[in-house]
Amino acid sequence: MLVEARSLTKRFGSFTAVDNIDFEVAAGEAFGFLGPNGAGKSSTMRMIGCVSPVTEGKLRVLGMDPAVDGAEIRARLGVVPQEDSLDTELTVQENLLIYGRYFDLPRKLIAERTAELLEFVQLSDRAKVKVDPLSGGMKRRLTIARSLINDPDLILLDEPTTGLDPQARHVLWDRLYRLKQEGKTLILTTHYMDEAEQLCDRLVVMDKARIVAEGSPRELIASYATREVLELRFAIGDQDAAVPVLETMGERLEALPDRVLVYTDDGDGAAARVEQLGLTPLSHLVRRSTLEDVFLRLTGRTLVD
Amino acid sequence: MATPLALRAAEAAALTYRSTWRGSVFSTVVSPVLFLAAMGLGLGALVDDGGAVGVGAPDYLSFLAPGLLAAAAMQTGSFESLWPVMAGIRWRRSYHAMLATPLGAADIAHGHILWATVRVAMTAAAFLVVMVLFGAVESWWVVLALPAAVLTGAAHTAPLAGITASLENDYAVANIMRFGVIPLFLFSGTFFPIEQLPAWAEPVAFVTPLWHGVELCRTLSLGDASLLGSLGHAAYMAAFVIGGTRLTTWRFEKRLVL
Repeated sequence: MLVEARSLTKRFGSFTAVDNIDFEVAAGEAFGFLGPNGAGKSSTMRMIGCVSPVTEGKLRVLGMDPAVDGAEIRARLGVVPQEDSLDTELTVQENLLIYGRYFDLPRKLIAERTAELLEFVQLSDRAKVKVDPLSGGMKRRLTIARSLINDPDLILLDEPTTGLDPQARHVLWDRLYRLKQEGKTLILTTHYMDEAEQLCDRLVVMDKARIVAEGSPRELIASYATREVLELRFAIGDQDAAVPVLETMGERLEALPDRVLVYTDDGDGAAARVEQLGLTPLSHLVRRSTLEDVFLRLTGRTLVD
Repeated sequence: MATPLALRAAEAAALTYRSTWRGSVFSTVVSPVLFLAAMGLGLGALVDDGGAVGVGAPDYLSFLAPGLLAAAAMQTGSFESLWPVMAGIRWRRSYHAMLATPLGAADIAHGHILWATVRVAMTAAAFLVVMVLFGAVESWWVVLALPAAVLTGAAHTAPLAGITASLENDYAVANIMRFGVIPLFLFSGTFFPIEQLPAWAEPVAFVTPLWHGVELCRTLSLGDASLLGSLGHAAYMAAFVIGGTRLTTWRFEKRLVL
């Protein structure tokens, strides 16, 4: 096990950010923490990254104790923080040089890896350009290249694509997927269910400082959601009257402010029955269940409001 | 052998400086020339003509220059522990990037103080050269004014980094400049002996590390330094370096390790 947590707890004064959680991450796995903002994902990541002391419980990273061997563990981690911390006055190359020197890597080795890594994150043509004018997606990719400069055994990514446009996210996912294919161990946090589905072999769902479910995306969907979901949108004001009628269908419902979700194994059949009940939604959509539905089922709330 | 962690932090600052040094040339070289020209030669001519100084006393330029040397060292040391520390914690977040590597908060603190002291040495060396060119040096002992000035800068940079790390906002940084650095610069014996201050202010000047730096640099440059007095001044400033380093280490840990 690369990471092992037992009854892990983090408190800031009287506020409990992480409450008694257990998890394990094996070598070669892509492991995710899925949850809304404030669920305790980043606090957990900071403890794994050995930058935030554990309040209670046991944590082992790379077989060592963060409280004792923090520096030694960090030497073998690659960290992509939530907020960019690049030196924007310096060039892309200089950023990697400085970061590599923190790990005491020889300059020659840093130069070699810089060439490889910039190729990998598709920034080779920007090597001598200052960081400041780069786009958000490029900066994220550079941060990923930076995190790989020490050839880490474990890569920690805290909300790697938050704030990026869809195109930039896909480029980033593609790169992360390749790291996974190469057998790297990834731990990432996200509040995007599609990100978790794309990248994670296994994940835990966090809410209010606790783990509420654990499994592969497929397992979670199978245990907590139905095969399909029928989404119904009603004219303003009609939804309140429609919900009691829909409940007679016997399927599980989730009434959101703007739409009603009907959990069913046969979406088209359910849509037909809605019509038979005499309801006239403005639109209906049958889709497969996602982790978003899992989260909704577990917590009664959506991931991203 | 592995490079000590604090040295790695200092090296990063040096690498950054290599790319951004141009902005500091004015404060390092041009500003001492302007000050010595305006105050030393311009104002000095008035002072010397006033006949206030006795026979054998130094001219105003020779009196002022070593004081300005110490003050410039103090100023560089202070600058380095104001905005760059705020940037490391809040603006550029470079300290947070360092924490994800083998470096810890204490290493960052020590590396910062080390690099700031190197910056002080660069400023002080440039200033000394300018002093010699202006003919404002009276004794060979002035070579010891270089380490004296470096110590003066370090005595300010070491505690100030810890104070900056305790500040919540950017206005407070500007206030340290306005109400700390500038009064120190003006009233710690740089331009006139502290005996000229009102009686209540004299002891205040006496406890500032800058006054000790000014005295040490001045007596060395004028060639009338006493061994015991010089050691006393140096020890006083060394206490600020040691105490300040401990304060800064503690504050960096409080601020960065949550």
